[in-house]
Amino acid sequence: MIIKTENNKAWWLVLPVFLLVAFSAVIPLMTVVNYSVQDIFDQNNAYFVGVEWYREVLRDPRLHDSLLRQFIYSFSVLAIEIPLGIGVALMMPTQGRMGSLCLILLAIPLLIPWNVVGTIWQIFGRADIGLFGWALNAMGIDYNYASNTADAWATVLLMDVWHWTSLVALLCYSGLRAIPEAFYQAAEIDRASKWAVFRYIQLPRLKSVLVIGILLRFMDSFMIYTEPFVLTGGGPGNSTTFLSQTLTKMAIGQFDLGPAAAFSLIYFLIVLLVSWLFFTTITYMDKAK
Amino acid sequence: MISWMAWTLPVAIFFSTIGIILVCMTAYELHSPCVERKGFLPISTTRGDRLFIGLLVSAYFHLMYVGLTDMSLWLPLGISVIWLAIVLRWG
Repeated sequence: MIIKTENNKAWWLVLPVFLLVAFSAVIPLMTVVNYSVQDIFDQNNAYFVGVEWYREVLRDPRLHDSLLRQFIYSFSVLAIEIPLGIGVALMMPTQGRMGSLCLILLAIPLLIPWNVVGTIWQIFGRADIGLFGWALNAMGIDYNYASNTADAWATVLLMDVWHWTSLVALLCYSGLRAIPEAFYQAAEIDRASKWAVFRYIQLPRLKSVLVIGILLRFMDSFMIYTEPFVLTGGGPGNSTTFLSQTLTKMAIGQFDLGPAAAFSLIYFLIVLLVSWLFFTTITYMDKAK
Repeated sequence: MISWMAWTLPVAIFFSTIGIILVCMTAYELHSPCVERKGFLPISTTRGDRLFIGLLVSAYFHLMYVGLTDMSLWLPLGISVIWLAIVLRWG
């Protein structure tokens, strides 16, 4: 059966957004595609090289390592922050002054800019003047994020957990508050255990906010740049050099515009795929309701 | 005015093709609005969804081909066009 749409005039309302996106995203994207197939020396000296930069980038072991590190980092962030955020939200007071105080305390890390977070942790983790680094060393743990890879990774992860778990917790808190009291009353009548309440009432009801939380945290961690750059500068060696940092080094540090453009487009395709997967999941969950 | 965009002919052809596809799809949609359906893909899709999936898979296929071989791009291009037609018709 074919259903004809009677009036399509509302589409004109999308025109301003379309123009804005064209100006801010489509035209720059077209430029990047052009750059990715040329060897550019200056505005008047550009030579067509076909897919040579893609070939180079796709076979570069430094980029493979950086991509692998990026995925490990993003999945570690999700594996820690999502359960922790749910746990914090479950433990938060539901009303009264304590509830408001918790909300304010949780919101504070979210308001701090990335470079400031990096600087805070850079000092906090130092063994000579930082409380965290000094305390660990005083306990006999040989901790130094500037020279030890495991310590650098632990600090970068801990920093992200400190900065962003609040977001997951606040999302889950709002999801929990939206559950009608009748659900809990029914569970009480059935003498459901705390675990059963969580498993069969709270968790299913949190699904939508969790998908949004996972999407936000994945995308944000996947493009992370400032915090590790300020904290470790990508080191020791290249152990905390993630995708965006590798890209910046290539584009701005070495001024390799062609390979950097090819790399950006591959990066873009990865982000596009992951976003689409999340979008499809959310859409399907809404339909299932 | 657009010299800063460093246009090349292949990229211009690429974006023109994408533009033409989008215009044709819009015209087709206005002429006969599509209904979501389920084909061989594991999810039910609209015409636009199938186009997006087709293009995204084609892009990844090209990347894989470029990364693994040194051969000409005509082969993956041909396969992608066939794949796009299949996914739009039966996806």
